[in-house]
Amino acid sequence: MIDDTPALPPELLLRVERLTMRFGGLTAVNDVSFDVRRGEITALIGPNGAGKTTVFNCITGFYKPTVGRLTLASKEGPLLLERLRDHQISRKANVARTFQNIRLFGGMTALENLLVAQHAPLMKASGLTVLGVLGIGGFNKAERAAIEKAKVWLERIGLIDRADDPAADLPYGDQRRLEIARAMCTEPVLLCLDEPAAGLNPRESLELNALLRSIRDQDDTAVLLIEHDMSVVMEISDHVVVLDYGKKISDGAPLHVRNDPKVIAAYLGVEDEEVEKVESEIAVEATS
Amino acid sequence: MEYFLQQLINGVTLGSIYGLIAIGYTMVYGIIGMINFAHGDVFMVGSFMALIVFLALLALGVTFMPLALLIVLILAMALTSLYGWTVERIAYRPLRGSFRLAPLISAIGMSIFLQNMVQVAQGARVKPLPPVITGGYQFGAADGFVVNVSNVQVIIVVTTIALMVAFSLIVSKTPLGRAQRACEQDRKMAALLGVDVDRTISLTFVMGAALASVAGLMYLLYYGVIDFYIGFVAGVKAFTAAVLGGIGSLPGAMLGGLLIGLIETFWSAYFTVEYKDVAAFSILAIVLIFLPSGLLGRPEVEKV
Repeated sequence: MIDDTPALPPELLLRVERLTMRFGGLTAVNDVSFDVRRGEITALIGPNGAGKTTVFNCITGFYKPTVGRLTLASKEGPLLLERLRDHQISRKANVARTFQNIRLFGGMTALENLLVAQHAPLMKASGLTVLGVLGIGGFNKAERAAIEKAKVWLERIGLIDRADDPAADLPYGDQRRLEIARAMCTEPVLLCLDEPAAGLNPRESLELNALLRSIRDQDDTAVLLIEHDMSVVMEISDHVVVLDYGKKISDGAPLHVRNDPKVIAAYLGVEDEEVEKVESEIAVEATS
Repeated sequence: MEYFLQQLINGVTLGSIYGLIAIGYTMVYGIIGMINFAHGDVFMVGSFMALIVFLALLALGVTFMPLALLIVLILAMALTSLYGWTVERIAYRPLRGSFRLAPLISAIGMSIFLQNMVQVAQGARVKPLPPVITGGYQFGAADGFVVNVSNVQVIIVVTTIALMVAFSLIVSKTPLGRAQRACEQDRKMAALLGVDVDRTISLTFVMGAALASVAGLMYLLYYGVIDFYIGFVAGVKAFTAAVLGGIGSLPGAMLGGLLIGLIETFWSAYFTVEYKDVAAFSILAIVLIFLPSGLLGRPEVEKV
């Protein structure tokens, strides 16, 4: 599996090539290619129904792409994501994701939510529970380390005082950040966030920006996010990919994308001829 | 008063056995939302395992009872767990993601299969175990009525309490328990966080089967005879207990088991023995009508 997969350039973490996803007669994603670089926040934007979440679902193993290749530079070499099953996406490929709606384990405490995310190594250390119950082996040490790591994350998202409260009792913005912390506890190389700022008030939005920046700068994790809130996108992303009707229409730095007439047209709903007109006008301005 | 005390002790003993079986129902329901109707027959298989190991040990000349009991307990748990695992692997896992009724039908099929397998392999006659544990305590003979607590009853209640404490700790404190609770709430999300959902479900069946086999051993010690059909009635009663306590809730299953045991015993003691099953199943009907989420269950919240 690793043999036939060409290695990516070292600065790239994920390369999406010619991704196409059809549902019956509907083509939700059509021939989309883009790269996610290490140490960057990449934003995937586009009007409703542009196919952003479908791209996410392909990357995280929910859908098998109709056509296309998703190469991830994992710790053990290049890996084709479209060939992995869901729990392998977390364990082998180290890709974590969140959803548009909050999917915390509401009945469990904030701390336990973060411990579940460290389940695979803990389960190994506990020898399928049998040794763990008997207190044999490195289980106690592993469990302590896991709790320690969970506490570090609770500290980072400012929820250390509420560690033992059920996750469902936390305010909405805190739940969002807890969900991101939980995803981070799986030690991902790529963190996929589906509309993390949806429903946040301006203060919570700022806290989220700070958290995402700290993840980019302190942890060895690249972030790929879908977002409608342009203030968040323009503020924190290093690289923006724009989709419209399943096709990629623009790709580049936030400033470049913001001034791209195609993007403006897609968001304002302008006819194609008008786009050409705007484009030619810009060309005229540029030459004059 | 002594009569009441005697019945209370009998009821608690019977309730312990029901409670142990009910935990298997409730854990499996919690994690995959399905009633494992073959669970009563796993209990029956467990009691046969216990009988076979017991007879083998007696034939080998192991007569020191605490040691023999311990060996029987461990071996019966291990062998029956294997059954629990296999049942899940063969009858339920291939149907996961299929329509809701499919695993229920295959559960009933599995139940019939297990009964018939044991009937063919062990014969249809009742199998006796010579009374291996004798003796007990007697209290209060003031007005001539003696309250008997047999050693078997003491063993049953003590073992049940110990196992329930141990399993509660596993569910609340270990990574396996956390994974089980996570799968209960959101299986897809748990998988995305690296929890092997299939293995967690398998281990849940294994835990349920292990507890059912202990119940099987208790039943064998208490009544002294077993046959291939004991799983049906005991299973349905334990299911009633799980529903009464609130299906999906571990403490609920224990409480429900205890209550069903007490109701059945007191009904037999003060009314008619013939209608004791009617009493137990009336409870099922009444609970389903007036308290569908049980005594300790969470009410089903409609997601909008």
